[in-house]
Amino acid sequence: MAEREQSRRSKETERPEVEEETASPRSEADDQKLDELLDEIDQVLEENAEEFVKNYIQKGGE
Amino acid sequence: MAIHKVLGTETEYGISVRSARDFNPALASAQLVNSYPGKRVRVQWSYEEESPGRDARGFGHEGYGVSDPEGALVNAVLSNGARLYVDHAHPEYSGPECYDPLEAALYDKAGERVMHRAAMATTDLLQPGQRMSLYKNNSDGKGNSYGAHENFLLSRETPFGDVIRFATTFLVTRQIFTGAGKVGAENGRPEVGFQITQRTDFFEEEVGLETTLKRPIVNTRDEPHGDPSKYRRLHVIIGDANLSEMQIFLKLGTTSLLLSALEDGALPDPLDLADPVESCWRVSHDLTLQRPLQMDGGGQATAVELQWRYHEWVKKYVEAELPDDAVARRVVDAWEMILTDLESDPARTADRLDWAAKHRILQGYVERDGLAWDNHKLKALDLQYHDVDPSRSLYQHLAGKGQMQRLFTDHDIETAETTPPERTRAYFRGTCVSKFPGSLVAANWDSLVFDVGEAHLKRVPMMEPLRGDRLRVGDLLDSVDDAAGLISALGGH
Repeated sequence: MAEREQSRRSKETERPEVEEETASPRSEADDQKLDELLDEIDQVLEENAEEFVKNYIQKGGE
Repeated sequence: MAIHKVLGTETEYGISVRSARDFNPALASAQLVNSYPGKRVRVQWSYEEESPGRDARGFGHEGYGVSDPEGALVNAVLSNGARLYVDHAHPEYSGPECYDPLEAALYDKAGERVMHRAAMATTDLLQPGQRMSLYKNNSDGKGNSYGAHENFLLSRETPFGDVIRFATTFLVTRQIFTGAGKVGAENGRPEVGFQITQRTDFFEEEVGLETTLKRPIVNTRDEPHGDPSKYRRLHVIIGDANLSEMQIFLKLGTTSLLLSALEDGALPDPLDLADPVESCWRVSHDLTLQRPLQMDGGGQATAVELQWRYHEWVKKYVEAELPDDAVARRVVDAWEMILTDLESDPARTADRLDWAAKHRILQGYVERDGLAWDNHKLKALDLQYHDVDPSRSLYQHLAGKGQMQRLFTDHDIETAETTPPERTRAYFRGTCVSKFPGSLVAANWDSLVFDVGEAHLKRVPMMEPLRGDRLRVGDLLDSVDDAAGLISALGGH
């Protein structure tokens, strides 16, 4: 959690610069929505990502 | 006036069995097809009318054809008119022929449900602890790609050279709204953290017959699945399998209108690229959408700028030739909105485009957890976006939270899993599966073969994709009780 607070804070300090550069800055509400989404995805993410990715081998098709 | 663009999709799904040591993808795919619990008939797929080795440029191809007898034995026709079978080492869902791109998008989505239900039924038969998972994606991230193809009906009178000439740049540049997104590069292309498409790294030729190696931007397979004196079928192989309903609709809708405009001579300029193959991966690798492509004969343009040209021509075409076609107008409007948003800030399309939605999630992880783009976790997230199991799919997670635009309700998709489109010959095929499952012994896109207990099997040809629709055969199908009655009502031979 501490890391997340850290990253959120650093995002906040950077945001004013980003706002000057782009037409559609990510709003605080967007950021919060994304944070919530990632927390939820953490709960459904496949365990042992490395093994999961390594074992996914397909033959070519078509 | 261009002929009506009957269309449909075919998708090979990635397949795996968790915790299986001796996993054989061809056998697992066969098990999956046989386990599908919905209405379907196991048939012999009759290849007499098929000719995958015939080239639209006018020459044949020796020794090219069906070379997978194991897969050819495992075939089912579903009550929605689709074909579910094993293609090489993948289960494939070939959706029914549809009347318009909105319907074709719906039946493409129905395929995910078919695959999910079949995978659950198969998992019940596996060892305890094993699970079959299917992925609607196109790459394993290790150099192997499998297809998501689109099919569009063209007139035989349309010179194939015109298709090559006018469709190539469109197919290269539409990737900005057809990509499903992928972590990393493959097939020797320059390294990249994330790119717009799953498949583009595998495209190496401008034109050709192949689909499994040296893949071409324009595929020349000339197999109309209809009266060959009247029709062609454009087999588009440069596209990703999509989860987003809006994106499937955009991909099919823009391409089908582009082809109609092409057939009616409404495209004034082929917009030739200096190097279409190189432009292909350059478009896919540029998340900013700002880098220009070199045009043949000098000059530069971005993919978005080129798409605006096509949009302008097609919009005019629709206003002049298809003023009463509500679906066509919807395509033109959605296309305009996506180009507007891609131009101003691609992140705005994260509610409609798989690549942008996936990038939003992965970029979030990169920032939150300080991950490098080659981290396993990002590759796992990439893969899981495409899982057909709604409880695992990241796409479904987004859709469930209202963060993806939907065109269909879950009920629409459930209905499309079991009932055929009503305005094409798929209606006849799907209804025969429902009504006469015990008599249907062989099938093909353009025929059905019945065993009605007589000395000879009875073959019903369906060479016209728009006949066999509900309007023409609905009453007849409703009025007969068995296949013998159907054959007799159709003329008895």
